[in-house]
Amino acid sequence: MKITCKDVANVALLSRLEFSESELETFTGQMDAILEYADVLNKLNVDNVQPTAHVLPLKNVMRADEAKPSLSRELALSNAPEQEDGYFKVPKIMEG
Amino acid sequence: MDYEIVIGLEIHTELKTNSKIFCGCSTKFGSEQNTNVCPVCLGLPGVLPVINEKVVEFAIKAGVALNCEILPFSKFDRKNYYYPDLPKNFQTSQYDLPIAVNGHLDIEVNGETKRINITRIHMEEDAGKLVHSGATISSSDSALVDYNRTGVPLLEIVSEPDIRSAEEARAYLEKVKAILEYLDVSDCKMEEGSLRCDANISLRPHGQAALGTKAEIKNLNSFRSVQRGIEYEVIRQEEILDDGGRVIQETRTWDENKGITASMRSKEQAHDYRYLPEPDLVPIVVDPARVAEIRANLPELPDARRQRLMNDYGLSEYDAGIITSSKAVADYFDQSVQNNGDAKVVANWLMGEVSKHLNSEGITILDCPVSPKQLTELLALIEKGTISNKIAKTVFEEMWTSRKDAEVIVKEKGLVQISDSSEIVAIVESVIAANPQSVADFKAGKDKAIGFLVGQIMKQTKGRANPDMVNTLLRERL
Repeated sequence: MKITCKDVANVALLSRLEFSESELETFTGQMDAILEYADVLNKLNVDNVQPTAHVLPLKNVMRADEAKPSLSRELALSNAPEQEDGYFKVPKIMEG
Repeated sequence: MDYEIVIGLEIHTELKTNSKIFCGCSTKFGSEQNTNVCPVCLGLPGVLPVINEKVVEFAIKAGVALNCEILPFSKFDRKNYYYPDLPKNFQTSQYDLPIAVNGHLDIEVNGETKRINITRIHMEEDAGKLVHSGATISSSDSALVDYNRTGVPLLEIVSEPDIRSAEEARAYLEKVKAILEYLDVSDCKMEEGSLRCDANISLRPHGQAALGTKAEIKNLNSFRSVQRGIEYEVIRQEEILDDGGRVIQETRTWDENKGITASMRSKEQAHDYRYLPEPDLVPIVVDPARVAEIRANLPELPDARRQRLMNDYGLSEYDAGIITSSKAVADYFDQSVQNNGDAKVVANWLMGEVSKHLNSEGITILDCPVSPKQLTELLALIEKGTISNKIAKTVFEEMWTSRKDAEVIVKEKGLVQISDSSEIVAIVESVIAANPQSVADFKAGKDKAIGFLVGQIMKQTKGRANPDMVNTLLRERL
């Protein structure tokens, strides 16, 4: 597998990160090295291995359907960069 | 050109639980903004979601009722996308191992039964609600977000592209809704958003096996908009194809006021959900014995109930179908019949006066001001001959607004039917005397003239005269 600058730029966009040209090159090289390192796993024969859904041997951890107190609105909004009338305020969503 | 219409529906239904899917916040509709939120549903770092057991039970119930196979091993996944209605930037959903697969539902359209296959049913969390600052999403500079709905449990029911018309889509949606109501797993209030529907629509020339390019229509928030939205989109695609153009695969939103679908251009580039297994939730393993137990305890479903109404009360298939299409209406019917109401008369009133009044006020039978007991008391007065059918409608009107019992209204307003023949005879004779022309017309063979005379008698008695007696006595004297 070979990671290109285009792949990194795409992941950066999806992750809302902004990289300079030189960062893009640095990260492309680093990501490629990481994936190459992990690539050794692709050489294993896993024909008879079930995919793992979870790393812990646990299943059916559930809670009863009981309503519990929520946060106060003031506390819930306390980290919001912007708020208005008890709402979280966010920038423009759609292209006009 | 004549195209075949191909439609698949994705139905989202909010489950009727007390608490959210992964946390204890209340699911109550209509709470003040951002008051039913906690670190889990706000997606704050370090929190641990835990699935609500009721959600799994409801999902299995719905799966069994929709003839699905319940997967013995199911898990949750993260569906990544950036939209501010999701505080975590991913929706916890199910990807490759949903709770239920391979179901089907038989619907009836124009007297024919048709099977719609169901691909899958999965559990997921609902997103928050956005209030846009401008008139439309596109023209808004900012949006306000209420996360109360974030984490409310949802089932997504995905059909195969087996639907061939707007009517079929509507019939399928109505039947799914009825089943979910009967199961008592969802309120299914489209107006409150607890039942929502997206439609994938494409066209292809008749006989072509490959599917055409589809558009996904969102914001179909009522049965009417499902039908209208699909009808509009079909015409839009027909025109594009007839002009030799290509349909673009995209998401479009239905604008109920303008009656059109419009493209939704998101700032996000092509969707790349990058599903990954949700590490914070452990798999769900369903014991087949549990599925069998749920299957054995399913309530009576719409088809069975319709059959029962036909068998036990001799209702027509059509009438029984209408009454059982809503659980609340069917319950109202059953309660009325248990109150000694005559089944056919109750059915007629339900589909007539009752539904007329409900429709004109835009309310459902759950908010009907006349109870089943009150309705049957009214019907008993007709049965006993105390009031005529016509007067009963007036009494019903009064019951609707005043919420008084029928008997009270009949007494207060002096609406008791006049069945005393001497009293009616006197009026009949005076009307005959006062209308010689009509009498002559009738005798000359104009049968219609008697209608005028009956009308005069009814007018004088304010509609209280027993109509059969009026007819008999009048004809005797002519």
